Amino acid sequence: MATTEEIRTQLADIVNEVAGVDTSDVQLDKSFVDDLDVDSLSMVEVVVAAEEAFGVTIPDSEVKNLKTVGDAVSFIENAQAA
Amino acid sequence: MSRIRVVVTGLGTTNPVGGDVPSTWEALLEGRSGVRTIDAAWAEDLPVKIAGQAAVEPTEVLERVKARRLDRSAQLAMVAAMEAWRDAGFSGAAGSEAEPGLEPERVGVALASGIGGVITLLDNYDALREKGPRRVSPLAVPMLMPNAPAANVSLYVGARAAVITPVSACASGNEAIAHAIDQIRLGRADVVVAGGTEAAIHPLNISAFANMMALSKTASGPEGGDPTTVSRPWDTARDGFVLGEGSGVLVLERLEHAQARGATIYAEVLGAGITADSHDIAQPDPLGRGGSRAILGALRESEISASDIVHVNAHATSTPQGDIAEGLMLHATLGAQVSNVVVTSTKSMTGHLLGGAGALEAVATVLAIRDRVSPPTINLDNLDPQVELDIPDKARELPAGDVVALNNSFGFGGANVAVAFGSF
Repeated sequence: MATTEEIRTQLADIVNEVAGVDTSDVQLDKSFVDDLDVDSLSMVEVVVAAEEAFGVTIPDSEVKNLKTVGDAVSFIENAQAA
Repeated sequence: MSRIRVVVTGLGTTNPVGGDVPSTWEALLEGRSGVRTIDAAWAEDLPVKIAGQAAVEPTEVLERVKARRLDRSAQLAMVAAMEAWRDAGFSGAAGSEAEPGLEPERVGVALASGIGGVITLLDNYDALREKGPRRVSPLAVPMLMPNAPAANVSLYVGARAAVITPVSACASGNEAIAHAIDQIRLGRADVVVAGGTEAAIHPLNISAFANMMALSKTASGPEGGDPTTVSRPWDTARDGFVLGEGSGVLVLERLEHAQARGATIYAEVLGAGITADSHDIAQPDPLGRGGSRAILGALRESEISASDIVHVNAHATSTPQGDIAEGLMLHATLGAQVSNVVVTSTKSMTGHLLGGAGALEAVATVLAIRDRVSPPTINLDNLDPQVELDIPDKARELPAGDVVALNNSFGFGGANVAVAFGSF
């Protein structure tokens, strides 16, 4: 099982690759849209890359609930535990 | 009513011989070929293994995140457009803090592509087949749509007048310039970023062009050969074109607008002719009648006569039929003046950029007028006896005084476009 910090670090790499955001800015309290400037198409790319990296499925209906980096990390943790 | 005059105030390009205008012009005048053997595993089984790949990778010039949201054709167009925009003396988007005096509503784009984002299309199809629908990029559509290069350039320059994408195969780039002139003459814009782009070096396109016998297979077989000698317009040994990639962009501007802001003027763009053959979907009219009408149309619209023309940047792609047809056109339209015209095919060095060709060649035509010199045509060892044209194999000085030059482009579907440029 990956720790919260391991997931956040790996997710930060994905957000950096897709949207060019500095990995150090990708912190749990940051909003993808408001703080990191990740637009809706880039968010889809982040989600697909995260599914592959973490071996989880993130349904389209769930994506709108992933407002912050913390939301995404929690979702991934729970999905991996399930 | 006096005719609205249109001038060229900015140039940009990235192509097989150079990543910008200065390096490209130097290479063209020196006769350096940009055609190479394709250094990629995917080319190994192809009937054609050579191409004119961009001399400078666009991803090394653009910001990484910006580049990954653009098809290669749009990447190349952005590199060329950014150079042209800066070259025209603009330091930011129209209406921005950097360019508050330039009205976005008076700035347009006419940027063509022959095929569109075909590499993005095919890569995403590969992803769909190999990994499933979830792996198709959410950016695929805005990346592969044919107007993506024009639209991305419009975002960069802040254009809010017409942003158009003419599509007429290998005439596309020149047609974009023709439509850009119209936008300004019709009063719809004061500044239009015009040109063309193409990035189609992919095994599917190479196979398709090779199977229709359009591409030369020389220097691709087991016997090898020198790829730089394969594009040989008007030579008796020519046997098809060499696929190239890249973009050319010109900033066209209403004369008074350019003068009011003190812009450097390269040349005047005098007028254009656009016609169609209605002869065959791929073959040129063997007598070049449609092309002749395009040239005559350009002369008429430019209010000049054949005796004004001293230089032609020909379409001449190194195909057996097309090169002869263009020679016939020049005789039919320029008459006795043809013996005073210095003709070049810069495709002998760059290969054929399809939708980018007419635009890159327009950049070369404008520079030929500015510097009074025609680039050479390389690899012309034995002139086809059916072609009677003055085609130097070294750079040749053009006559003193004001000069006028033509840029010709012809495309599958029977499209013919000629654009006349003159000294300013």
